[in-house]
Amino acid sequence: MVGSTEAAKNTYQGQMHLLQKEIMGRYFERLTRAAEKGEGKAVYMLISGNPVELIQAFDLIPVYPEIDALQLAVKKSALPFIQKAEELGYSMDNCAYVKADVGLFLGDRKTPFATIPLPSLILCNYVGCNVYLQWFEHLAEYCDGELYNLDIPFLRDPSGQPSPEDITYVVRQLEEVIEICERISGKKLDYARLKAIVGRSGETGEMWSRIKGLTKNIPSPFDAYFDSVTMMAPLYCLRGTEEGLRFFETALKEMEEKVQMGTGPLAEERFRFIIEGPPPWPYLRTFRDLFSKWGAVAVASTYSTVGGLWEFGFRHDANRPLESIAQHMLQWNVTNRNFLQRYQQIRRYVQEWHADALVIHSVKSCRLFSAGQGDMREYFTKELNVPTLLIESDIEDPRYFSEAQIKNRIDAFFESLEHKKLVHAAAEAGGAA
Amino acid sequence: MAIEDFISRHQEILENSPLDLASNWKREHPATKLIGCYPVYSPVELIHAAGMLPVGVIGAGNRLEIAHADSRFQSFVCSIVKSTLELGLTERLKFLDGIVFHSICDPARNLGSVFKRNFPDMMVEYIHFPQNLSSPHAVDYLTAEYQRLKASYEKMAGTEITDEALRGSISLYNEQRRLLRELYALRKDTPQNLSTVECYVLTRIGTLLPPEEHISILKEAIPGLRQRNEKPKDRIRVVLEGSFCEQPPIELLEALEAAGCYILDDDFLLGWRWFLEDIPTHGDPWRNLANAYINQSVYSGVKHDTREPKSKHLIDKVKETGASAVLILAAKFCEPALFDYALYKRALEKAGIPHLCLEFEEKMWIFDKARTEVETFVESMLFD
Repeated sequence: MVGSTEAAKNTYQGQMHLLQKEIMGRYFERLTRAAEKGEGKAVYMLISGNPVELIQAFDLIPVYPEIDALQLAVKKSALPFIQKAEELGYSMDNCAYVKADVGLFLGDRKTPFATIPLPSLILCNYVGCNVYLQWFEHLAEYCDGELYNLDIPFLRDPSGQPSPEDITYVVRQLEEVIEICERISGKKLDYARLKAIVGRSGETGEMWSRIKGLTKNIPSPFDAYFDSVTMMAPLYCLRGTEEGLRFFETALKEMEEKVQMGTGPLAEERFRFIIEGPPPWPYLRTFRDLFSKWGAVAVASTYSTVGGLWEFGFRHDANRPLESIAQHMLQWNVTNRNFLQRYQQIRRYVQEWHADALVIHSVKSCRLFSAGQGDMREYFTKELNVPTLLIESDIEDPRYFSEAQIKNRIDAFFESLEHKKLVHAAAEAGGAA
Repeated sequence: MAIEDFISRHQEILENSPLDLASNWKREHPATKLIGCYPVYSPVELIHAAGMLPVGVIGAGNRLEIAHADSRFQSFVCSIVKSTLELGLTERLKFLDGIVFHSICDPARNLGSVFKRNFPDMMVEYIHFPQNLSSPHAVDYLTAEYQRLKASYEKMAGTEITDEALRGSISLYNEQRRLLRELYALRKDTPQNLSTVECYVLTRIGTLLPPEEHISILKEAIPGLRQRNEKPKDRIRVVLEGSFCEQPPIELLEALEAAGCYILDDDFLLGWRWFLEDIPTHGDPWRNLANAYINQSVYSGVKHDTREPKSKHLIDKVKETGASAVLILAAKFCEPALFDYALYKRALEKAGIPHLCLEFEEKMWIFDKARTEVETFVESMLFD
């Protein structure tokens, strides 16, 4: 077995990680300046299928409470905010992202990474997650910001496509959002500028899609879960900007070089897995090490498609800016697709990304992801014969992470996979003899 | 049959196996197709106008053991999602030809997909109700959504849903809802004459029978109930909120009243009482149905209307009914109800209206704790 001391030496860092720190640092400074010096106006949005292009077109500042909440969790400072919200009447069983954010919002909004500005517009892009509606409804009650529910019809037709009426409904609403942004920013929409931004989003999508395709290589040049999350923040906060595009160019180049050199995130890639579900932010590093010690690398993840699903071909189109933003929101992200479409997305990952197994990380807070994952496990183990591990913790609340229990499950799973591999290899050798 | 006997006979069915009422009806009418309606609201008129019968599939109560569904849905998912799947996995929904789910919450939505995969013979529909109620385009959208369902249900029923048929169904369900509003008004005005359990039973059977039958039951029952002349007891008068989806066990409702409350209004079976007034029957019935959802429906934890806060509606309800307190009765793990509670708590405290928050599960068996909590609350109200 690979010793855990070796895993502990992994730094998992590269050029991309350093650049991400730099540009996200600048983004958070912008938030702080807005909060403390009144420079610029903030628009709160949600990650799933976000229409950040519209916000960039008005030079408004996109603020994602989900990113604030996850940063609090990563910095191990979420719990006091969660508890504050619970004191106010939020239930133990409510999404802890919301609770951490509410706790933060009702205080001085100072965090170890930024001071979060109050919103001028609370734009609830309701893409899949029903809790989003509650979340922003609550924030709107706690401040003077204007609330707009941008309603995205869920993919429910057997074709898996939005109807023409769905697209029209979303485009009409985007036009209403534009009117509000014009009022808030005090300037008219510059349509040519919007087209340029949407064009850059198209290019960014192309880069991101190529980056994601690289993990089909053996070994995979990076971990499509733990390293992808590093790339997700620029994708949502800076998509459509020059800076964001340059980040993805740099990341692509670095990952292509790794492919050429045949290197990956670990000294040796022994298992390739697909992972479903959001990460346990409060214990991200601990969680990663539990896989690394087995030489297990995630080669694709559903979580990295929350904000958008580009690896199956979607690109924003500068010639149809509003329609393509609508299509992105309706169809090209995992959260607005139905649960069975997610099964098929994972199935493609298993096949096309050459995976040995599926790991389902079931989080209590996010029932959009988790409710029914037992059925998903049933489908993959019984119908497709894909070894599947289901483990439970939480995305935000540190009280739901039991390291010993999760470690036991992961160890037992990879031990059994290793055994299967040995048996299989022996059978192959026997067959060849 | 005396109304008391009628209610107690039906109460027993509802306590044991509520869907028996509908499956028995299906046995006698094998040619009619039955469509299950998951909570909260379904446009039942649309199903009825296709010559089919909409049936409320609103959980399994506390007599069904969950033996399979808990391996599909985790421990932190509410009871009704699991009990509904259990009903399917144990072949208790075979009498249904289809089922419809809606965009009320994340587990219910995923349940629709799980149904689709596990029960390929059943037609599983899913309605996305608009959540941008202030946009003028929402009515167009919902009208189109109903047209999409129309095509789907026409195929299933093998018959066209004409505007005339839909108007007829709207008119029929208008009458049913009107009678339910009368029943509720009767309890609000004279809660000593109509217990919450009686009101609940008379409402719930309407989700399991053809509306024509339910209408005649209510028409016969209401005048009789008006004749009652009971003396009011020393009880506090409350509005109950939070049970719009999963339903509390009937024994729990009995316990709440016995603990010293008159419940003047509640949100049980809310989707079947969804409209504040009749839906117009003239003009385009599809658009009327859509417009009613957006402009004439009740407030609810699953409808996010930015035009007016839900807590304002709750406080208005308290004032209109003359209640002196609010009982929040939220299903365990129900995110919409539990989130709403945080806002309700804040608003009720600000308005100086006392409240008590209780959680329940449809599968619960023991009610002593809830009863004690309510008794304590009642005592604090009566003797303070």
